[in-house]
Amino acid sequence: MNNFTEENFSSDGVSLKKKLSRSLFKSKMRAFSLVLPLLAFLAIFFVIPIINLLSQSFLDFRYATLMPSSTQALKDWDGKSFPTEEIAKAMVIDLIKAKKNKTIGKVATRVNRELSGTRSLFTKTARAAKKMEAPYMEALIKKDRKWENLKTWQAIKISSMAVTPSYLLAAVDRKYTAEGEIIQQDENRRIHVTLFLRTIEISVIVTLATLLLGYPVAFLMASLPLRTSNLLLILVLLPFWTSLLVRTTAWIAMLQSSGVVNDLLVFFGITVDDARFSLIYNKTGTLIAMTHILLPFMILPIYSVMKTISPSFVMAAKSMGATNWTAFWRVYFPMTIPGVGAGAILVFILAIGYYITPALVGGQDGQMISNIIDFHMRSSLNWNLAAALGLVLLIFILFFFWLYDRFVGIDNMKLG
Amino acid sequence: MKKRAIPVYASRGDVAWFYTFRFICALVFLFLIFPIIIIIPLSFNQEPYFSFTSGMLSLDPDAYSYRWYWDILKNGMADPDASNGWWADMWNNAQWIRSIKNSFIVGIFATILATVLGTIAAIGLSSSHMPYKRIIMSLLISPMIIPLVITASGLFYSFSQVGLAKNYLGLILAHAVLGTPFVIITVTATLVGFDQSLTRASASLGAGPVRTFFKIQTPLILPGVISGALFAFITSFDEVVVVLQLADVRQRTIPRQMFSGIREQISPTILAVATILVILSIILLTIVELLRRRSERLRGITPE
Repeated sequence: MNNFTEENFSSDGVSLKKKLSRSLFKSKMRAFSLVLPLLAFLAIFFVIPIINLLSQSFLDFRYATLMPSSTQALKDWDGKSFPTEEIAKAMVIDLIKAKKNKTIGKVATRVNRELSGTRSLFTKTARAAKKMEAPYMEALIKKDRKWENLKTWQAIKISSMAVTPSYLLAAVDRKYTAEGEIIQQDENRRIHVTLFLRTIEISVIVTLATLLLGYPVAFLMASLPLRTSNLLLILVLLPFWTSLLVRTTAWIAMLQSSGVVNDLLVFFGITVDDARFSLIYNKTGTLIAMTHILLPFMILPIYSVMKTISPSFVMAAKSMGATNWTAFWRVYFPMTIPGVGAGAILVFILAIGYYITPALVGGQDGQMISNIIDFHMRSSLNWNLAAALGLVLLIFILFFFWLYDRFVGIDNMKLG
Repeated sequence: MKKRAIPVYASRGDVAWFYTFRFICALVFLFLIFPIIIIIPLSFNQEPYFSFTSGMLSLDPDAYSYRWYWDILKNGMADPDASNGWWADMWNNAQWIRSIKNSFIVGIFATILATVLGTIAAIGLSSSHMPYKRIIMSLLISPMIIPLVITASGLFYSFSQVGLAKNYLGLILAHAVLGTPFVIITVTATLVGFDQSLTRASASLGAGPVRTFFKIQTPLILPGVISGALFAFITSFDEVVVVLQLADVRQRTIPRQMFSGIREQISPTILAVATILVILSIILLTIVELLRRRSERLRGITPE
């Protein structure tokens, strides 16, 4: 024991610093090992499946695997000059193979996404491909004049790229050309940007509406004695606990043309029987139902902040000569900002991904981005485009989630 | 002395504003509650309409009936008028009964899974030694934040590659994922006020970590765990977007059945189901509220 240090040692000769860090490490590992099962569960059944889908937004191996020869041949083609005989030959070889393996349908669908009308071209040509002889380009053109069109070949070249920007660009109404340029989608196919903008518009309106309706209610509950406010709180929590489908159904009963609201309007003489308002199956219906459904998510965070604000602040302001308005706006309101921010971001995040209410009461002009994602997943089966739209939506949501975490903190999220 | 709602020195304008403000708030509460209340009388409609008939408005007893409640039982039955085997027929064939069974099967198993995993994780998360707390917490909460349609699409796309789509197991796993954030939030909220000296006291008296967990921690966090479980259950019970993609007709749950009911053949049966669900949510809300009060009492927080 001749090396002398300034550290303290415990009886077994290990430095206390080391012992402490060891025991801290142990506690860390113990805490982490408790979280680990859930982390693993979410990784396997949540994170990986979603990443798996979202990767489809820029990956599409279909053409490249099913049509290998033409993929190889098109790789060196510049996309501007007319394709060579070699490319045509590779195409015919691939078509014969695809016809034999019965994969031509998949190939045709893929190319058709880049240029509509090519589906029949592929299935038709594939049927005749077996009998084709050199020169192949002429044989193809003889079968269908579309093979003469440069656009057809450009669409095929884009389809053959395994890592493709097409879907993500399509999600924002852009198109990738064979020359490597990004251009606007044809006018009649530009729907996604409009839909994204409408989704944001609806979400902003719903957020503002819930704030406008929720703030006074939260204020009232915070100023009442606890017993009364607890009673009122139940009125807020009951809708919160009631099934979404029930509330949407309720709004159909309320807002339809022979519904309660229109009945009341006719009764009070605001409108006449044959000029009832159309309040549902359009954007109005979506807005009203979503405001109702998301209102508790606004009231609860604002209320929980207001509860902690002492009334003496406002009294002090008034005693020093502030008017009611000044006392509220300069003293009380700034203190409620954390609650307003929490509620607004939460409502906005929830609104932007809304699916059920727009699907049931939205009609044509009340559809949101989630509805078209679902449409591509279940009806058109264009999963790549669904993934691309989902990725754009997700990036948007994650930004606001980050904002929420930054300003409110995930730990402060409360339920009821 | 009783505190007055309006102070004596209030001006006439103050008084007017006081009542206007209360009136506005009353309207907002009406907006919140009225649509939910209104479906209850509508569900007793004699006619197949979603609106009040003139008979209902004049409170004519003949305009009201239980027929849509019977329809919940009868819809889909092979022979609703048969006298023998009626119950077996109803139990096995009625569409709504099947969806109710499915909802409970999926809901209960998903809740158990979510509650066990969530509670254990929440205990780890509330330890002051937990590394990377913030990022892990964000990850664990994300099933609540990420739009359901993205979750549903991702799960459908990936689950169908491994044979988990169109069966109960896949649905249970998916709903367990969606339920975990609620368990995490409620249990960590209970643990925030947890006095760590209790576990140290228990340890100093010779109890091992397992004994401490069951004898000391469990009774104190139980209210949080139960309300978390109820949240997880109601999440599964109310979920339809994942069911739309991941389930086929055999696994239809109540909300899924309502969804197609609203889309395809809208009838007051939906209102009858909705009324039952409203009553169910009132019961659940009461339980959660009682649990919350109990938890506050246990932790020594009393309402002033």
